[in-house]
Amino acid sequence: MSKIQKIVILVLILFAIVFPLISNNDYFIHIMTLSFIWMIGVYGLNLLAGYTGYLSLAHAGFFAIGAYSLGLLTVKAEMNFWPALFLSLVITGVIGFFAGLISLRTKEHFFAIYTLCVGYIIYLVIDKWDSLTEGVRGLIGIPAPANIGPLAFETLQSHYYLVLFFLLLVVLIMYRIVHSLSGRTYIAIRNSEDLAQTIGISTMKNKLTVFVISTVIAGLSGALYASFVRFIGPDIGSIAIVFDFLTYLLVGGIGTLSGPIVGTLLIVVLSQRLQFLQDYRMLVFGPVLTLLIIFYPRGIVGAVAAWGQKRKTLVHNANIKVKNLPEKQVKEG
Amino acid sequence: MEILIQQLFNGLTIGSVYSLVALGLTLVYGILHIPNFAHGALYMMGGYITLTMMTKYGLHYWIAIFISILAVGLLGVLMERFVFHPLREAPPIHDKIAAIGILLFLEAFAQFVWGAEFQSMPTPYGQVVEILGLTFTMQRLLIVIAAIVVMILLTLFLKKTYTGSTIIAMSQNREGANLVGINTNKVAMLTFMISGGLAAIAASLSAPINLVFPGMGQLVILKAFVIIILGGMGSVPGAILGGYILGFTESLGATYISNDYKDIIAFVLLVIILSVKPTGLFSKGGH
Repeated sequence: MSKIQKIVILVLILFAIVFPLISNNDYFIHIMTLSFIWMIGVYGLNLLAGYTGYLSLAHAGFFAIGAYSLGLLTVKAEMNFWPALFLSLVITGVIGFFAGLISLRTKEHFFAIYTLCVGYIIYLVIDKWDSLTEGVRGLIGIPAPANIGPLAFETLQSHYYLVLFFLLLVVLIMYRIVHSLSGRTYIAIRNSEDLAQTIGISTMKNKLTVFVISTVIAGLSGALYASFVRFIGPDIGSIAIVFDFLTYLLVGGIGTLSGPIVGTLLIVVLSQRLQFLQDYRMLVFGPVLTLLIIFYPRGIVGAVAAWGQKRKTLVHNANIKVKNLPEKQVKEG
Repeated sequence: MEILIQQLFNGLTIGSVYSLVALGLTLVYGILHIPNFAHGALYMMGGYITLTMMTKYGLHYWIAIFISILAVGLLGVLMERFVFHPLREAPPIHDKIAAIGILLFLEAFAQFVWGAEFQSMPTPYGQVVEILGLTFTMQRLLIVIAAIVVMILLTLFLKKTYTGSTIIAMSQNREGANLVGINTNKVAMLTFMISGGLAAIAASLSAPINLVFPGMGQLVILKAFVIIILGGMGSVPGAILGGYILGFTESLGATYISNDYKDIIAFVLLVIILSVKPTGLFSKGGH
């Protein structure tokens, strides 16, 4: 990481920390908290689709599993929030493990279609299993996170910091994963699975690890969502949610570390601006998604990075040219 | 016994619609090797265009369907030209995302133009007919017969005409087809045209017994994917057979297992198939 990048990241974190203090508008804080929750989910998808090259369309399902696990454990089993959060991550992870075990045997298109169907099954089960999930009526009255010692999470501000903490944790984990040997292994699998296999990488084991991590992160995002919004319905498992995740990820930049933050923030803020469009916002975002993938497949972050790279090489080339010129000419011109 | 026959007939009706949608999907997959997630949106557009032609311009059912076929076919061609053609060298994940973008756009577009409410399509074939003591509505009979006619015509076109064989040639080997002088661009456009047309026919036929609404393509397209995995991606007979199998399974499942969970049958079927055979049933090596 370069020095400038470090400073930028520090400034951004500082800004995120002081944001509730300078903005007295509860609505903005609410929107920011929600977008942090989405970001966590998008990071989950990014690790799988962006770094490992497997486009999973089941992530709304795992988001919903996380949310419903937490909701059911706290409302129906009346558990404390923290063990419930831990348990819901375990539940999502276990379901993710088995889903991954089967779905990862398929590749490319089959994987996308398979996960699309898995996501739909999860949605249908939540929708139809009335006795457990309350079906279309939804689950109401999910409690806020319980106190940890003197720390209470009843207010909006405190909730904001809690979600921010989890977001930073997820970003840190992602950074560590991507820059580790396992991260490079995942990228190798994305670039060519056959090649990765020939140099001795156990692709199935690695893919399954990614799948489980990615679903657990989606589950975390769902659990946080449930405790923040306090009400969940089967809609959160619908395919529309996974398409939202994809839009955030692609606009920001798939397979980049800062992409999920940039994309989610941009789209959420834009959606607030375009609120008069409401249901029609996809009239704008649908074509944007398609155009982006054609012209800027790595999103805003990728485009900026490519532009920086290009400038660097241009400057570099210019330097070489100047150096190679005879001294006299340099002096003259 | 009567219920069984009635349900088998229902399965035949649903299966016909599924087969038509799956045919369009499988043709495109055979040519370009992309799972066209936007195909469901084409189906939905077909339904709406026929409906508008009938209610707003007072056209006859068949003329409305004909216009709908042309319009949706053209939409398919535009999609190929502006989206999938530029992406033909891109990694496979890009096509899928681009298709999802089109799907989202078309659904929002339909909601914008025609509203979100459910609309019913009038049909000149609402009569009830009685055959061997069983009652059928004309529209359902029409679906079954029209689907069979379309399938026969399509098969004849693919097998007997020169243009049709270019599609098959290209699905067998793109480079090879190019090498023997087939204009692969034209064939790709033609395939999208046919695929869109099939979706329009399926939607227009089934709309009078179902309803027309922006999300009407979602479930159908998911099931069509199940069908082409069942029948082998890119296989024409597989899509037809798979469509009927799914139609029968669903209508029998709805009666004898649970009506609530009838939509899940298709997906459970798919999960089982892919668990056992990750490349789909009937897949031959290579693609």
